[in-house]
Amino acid sequence: MVKVTLQEVTKRFGKTTAVNRISVEIEKGEFIVLLGPSGCGKTTLLRCISGLEKVTEGRILFNEGDVTNLPPKDRNISMVFQNYAVWPHLKVKDNIGFPLKIKKKPTQEIETKVKWASEMLGITELLDRYPHQLSGGQRQRVAVARAIVMEPEVLLMDEPLSNLDALLRVKMRSEIKKLQESLKVTTIYVTHDQVEAMTMGDRIAVLKDGKLQQIGGSNEIYHKPTNLFVAGFIGSPQMNFINVEVKEEENILIVATSGLEIPLPPAIPIKKSEYILGIRPEDIHIKELPNSTRVTGEIYFVEALRSDTVLHVNTDFGKLVVKIPGDFDAKEGENISLYIDNSKIHLFEKESELSIL
Amino acid sequence: MRSERSLAPYLLFMPTLIYLAVFLVYPLLKALFMVITPEEGTGYTLANIYAVLSDSTFWEALKNTILLAAVIIPLQVFLALMLALFVNTKFRGYMTIVYLITIPLALSDVSAALMSYNIFSPSGYINKILLNLNLIKHPIYFFGFNATTSEFWVIVITEVWRATPLVFIILLAGLQMIGREYFEAADVFGFTKFQKFIYITLPLLKPSLQSALLLRTLFAFQIFGVVWLLAGRDIPILAGETFYQQTELQQYHIAAVYGFVIALISILISWVYLTFLKSAKEV
Amino acid sequence: MDKEKIKSLLTFLIAGMISLWFLTPIIFITLSAFATSKDYYNPNYIIPRHYTFSHFYKLFFTLSAGHATLISLSVAALTILLSFLLGVPAGYALSRYKFKGKNTLKLTVLSTRMFPLMILAIPLLIIFMQIGISDTLWGIVLAHTTMVLPFVILITSSIFAGVDIAFEEAALIFGLSRSKAFFKITLPLALPGLAASAIFAFIMSWNEVFVASILTLQNRTLPAQILSTAMDSPDYYKFTAGFIMAVPALVFIFFARRYLVSLWGISLK
Repeated sequence: MVKVTLQEVTKRFGKTTAVNRISVEIEKGEFIVLLGPSGCGKTTLLRCISGLEKVTEGRILFNEGDVTNLPPKDRNISMVFQNYAVWPHLKVKDNIGFPLKIKKKPTQEIETKVKWASEMLGITELLDRYPHQLSGGQRQRVAVARAIVMEPEVLLMDEPLSNLDALLRVKMRSEIKKLQESLKVTTIYVTHDQVEAMTMGDRIAVLKDGKLQQIGGSNEIYHKPTNLFVAGFIGSPQMNFINVEVKEEENILIVATSGLEIPLPPAIPIKKSEYILGIRPEDIHIKELPNSTRVTGEIYFVEALRSDTVLHVNTDFGKLVVKIPGDFDAKEGENISLYIDNSKIHLFEKESELSIL
Repeated sequence: MRSERSLAPYLLFMPTLIYLAVFLVYPLLKALFMVITPEEGTGYTLANIYAVLSDSTFWEALKNTILLAAVIIPLQVFLALMLALFVNTKFRGYMTIVYLITIPLALSDVSAALMSYNIFSPSGYINKILLNLNLIKHPIYFFGFNATTSEFWVIVITEVWRATPLVFIILLAGLQMIGREYFEAADVFGFTKFQKFIYITLPLLKPSLQSALLLRTLFAFQIFGVVWLLAGRDIPILAGETFYQQTELQQYHIAAVYGFVIALISILISWVYLTFLKSAKEV
Repeated sequence: MDKEKIKSLLTFLIAGMISLWFLTPIIFITLSAFATSKDYYNPNYIIPRHYTFSHFYKLFFTLSAGHATLISLSVAALTILLSFLLGVPAGYALSRYKFKGKNTLKLTVLSTRMFPLMILAIPLLIIFMQIGISDTLWGIVLAHTTMVLPFVILITSSIFAGVDIAFEEAALIFGLSRSKAFFKITLPLALPGLAASAIFAFIMSWNEVFVASILTLQNRTLPAQILSTAMDSPDYYKFTAGFIMAVPALVFIFFARRYLVSLWGISLK
C-alpha cells in the first residue's frame, strides 16, 4: 500500500492541454474516483499515473519515491483496461499468471496465486479457456484477476464497467468495491458515470477540461459543489439554475428575479449583483414547509417514473424541474404551487461560476 | 497512440528512408541524368529525347499503349462492377466465387500470357474444338506478324481475364462499406432496384470506382509481359520498347527516355485523378 | 416454379459461368503441361488422353528451369526478409506513434508507387555493374525490395493497427519493457496477418519479370527465363513453364485466402 501524490501534474499533446496542473494526495488504501465528461482528461491522468504517458510537467510520488520518469513496469502498479485487454492468444490462467511469470516467480507460487485470484473473482472453472470463449463479463473478471494477482501497490481502473450491460454493471460495482476493501489496495478508478462514482469512491475527484474542479466524499460533492459545473454535473435530474440579482431589503439580503424572492442566510459575502441560484429538483416540494418560498407555475410535462415523479413546470422566471417521491397524480396544463426549501439553495457568482453558498 | 516527443518513430523509419533514398531516389536521378547526357562522351544533350520523339515506333508504341488502355479499362470496370454487384447479393457460397475470381490476382502476366497462348495457339483448345465440330477445316492463326488485329484482341481478353479481379476487389470492398440501412431506407420509400443503383450504389461507390480507375490506368501504361509474349514487337508498346532498347539494342540512354515517358504519364495520370478526386470531394 | 426458385437457379447459373471463365484457362494449362506431346498436337483429342512428367523433367534438369526456379525462390525469400526487416519497424511506427511528419512520410511511401519499375531498372543495372552485383540474385533482391517495401509498410501498419494497443499497454503495465512487449504480445498477435503479407510479397517478387529480365543474363529468375526462351521452345514446354509459374502463387493464395480481400484492399489504397 502506498500513498500517491500528484504535484502539479500537467500533460500536453501539442497545443492542447489534456491535464492541467493537477495536485492530489491519495491516501494509503483509498478508493478514489476520477469523474468527468468525456475529454475532461481523466483517462490521460490515469495513464500518466500508470506511466503509459509521460507527464509534461509536475511530479508523481508513490510514498516518498518519485516515479515520474519510471517506465510502467517499474512502478508496481496494475491496471484494468476499458476493453479488458485480455490477451487473446493466452489461456485465462496464463493471462492471470502473466505478471508473475514475467517476474520469474516459481511455478508453484504462480499456481497458488492464480488459484487465489480466480477464486476471488469466481472464475476457477474458466482457467483453461481462451478469451474468445468467454463472455464480456467473464473477460472483465479475468482482467480484474490479472490486475490483483501480483498484489500491486496501486490499482488503476479505466472505465472497467462501461462495456458491460446495465444489470451486470450494478453487480460488478459492489463486487469491485468489496474486493478493494478486502485487499486494501490504493485504487484509482476512472469513470464518466456519476452513479459509479458516488457508490464506489471514498473520495471523488471531478475533472473538467483537464482541471480539477473539486475533490471530496460523495456527500460533499453532492451537497457542497464548489462551482456551477460540479453542481450541474452531479445529480439527476440536473440542478435548476436561475439567473438572479441580490438585493438588500429591510437589512436582509434577498435573491430576486421576476416572481421570486428568497431571503438569504446572514453573513454571505456579497459583492456584485449578478448571480445564479441553484436548487436541486428534490429540494422543491409540493407541500408547504417552514422556511420555504412559494412559487406558482403551469405543469408542462410529467415524467411518471412511479418510484418518483418528475414535473417540468413553467414559471415566471423560467422552467423548474421538480422531483417528488412516489406517484403523483398531475395533469399537464394544470397550475401548481411549489415550495422551494430556502435552506437548500446554492448561489454561484455569474462571472467566476464559483459557489458562495 | 503514443505521442510523447520521442525519437523512436524516426529511428524506426530511418532504415526505410535510407533504403528508398539509395535504391529509389538515386536511381531516379541517375535516370534523369541519363536522359540528358549522350550515350558516349560528356556534356548535356537533348539528342536522346529528340531521337525518341522523331522515331515513328515511339509514336506507334504510345498509340498502342493508349489504345489498349482505352479498350481494356472500360471493359474491366464494367465487368468488375457487374461481378461485384452479383457477388454482393451474398448468395449461399458467395465467398467461394470471390476466391475463384481472385485467383488471377496471384498469377504473373507471364503465366497469364502462356495460358492464353494455350487456348489460342494453332494447336490450342479453340482450334481443336472448332476443328472437331467441323466448323473450320484449318486452324485459325491468331498470332503472327500478319495477325496483329487478332493479337490485339487476344491481348485484350487476356488482360481482362487477368486484371479484372483487381478492380473487382476494390469495388467489392467499396460495396461492402455501403451501409445496409441506406438500402432499407430506400425500400421504405419505395425505390425500384434501378433507382437504388442510380441514387445510392453509384454515388456511394464513386470513391472506390475512382481509385480503381486510377490504379488500372497506372498499370495499363506499364503493360508488358502479356504483350511481349503474345505479340512481341508486332504491337509495339512503351514498356516493350523500353525493354527492347535496353536489352536488344543496349541503348541505355534511349531506354531511359522511354522509361521516363512512362513515369511522366504515370505522374500526370495520378495528378489528374487526385485533383479530380479532390474537387469531387469538395462539391 | 416460383420466383425464388428461378432466382436461385439463375444465381447458380451465373456463378457457374463465372467459375468457368476464371478456372478454364488454369485447367487447360494444367492439362497441357502434363499432356504427352503426341496428344497435345493430335487435333482429334480436345482433352489429352496420355499424361507424362517428362516435360517437367526436361525443363528442370536439361533446360535451365531448375536453376531459374531456385533463383526465383531465393530472390523471393531474400526479398521478404529484407523488406520485412526494413518495413515492419516503419509500419509499426506508423500504426503506434503520433509524430511530426507522419503524414508526409506516409504520403512519400504511397507516392513511390507512382514510379513504374521500368524507370528504375535501367539506372539500377548501371549502378549494379559499377558495384559488381549485376547479373546476381542480390541485384534483383535489392530491386524487388524497392518494389515490395512500400506495400509491406502499409500492410504491416494496418495489421499492427488491428492489434489493440491496449494488449501491448497491458504488457507494459504487467512488467515488460517496450521491446519485449512487442515481441511477446504484439508480434504473436500480428503473426497471421504478417504471414499473409509475406505471401503477398512472395507473389509480387515471384511474378515480377521486367526488372529481373533487365538485371540478369545468366542468373535469370523463372519468369525472366521464360520470357527470353518460351516463344522459341516447343508449345508443351511453354505450358509446363506457365504451370510451374502459376502453382506456388495458387498454393500460397489458397493459404492466404482469408486475408485476400482485406490485404488487397490495403495494398491498393
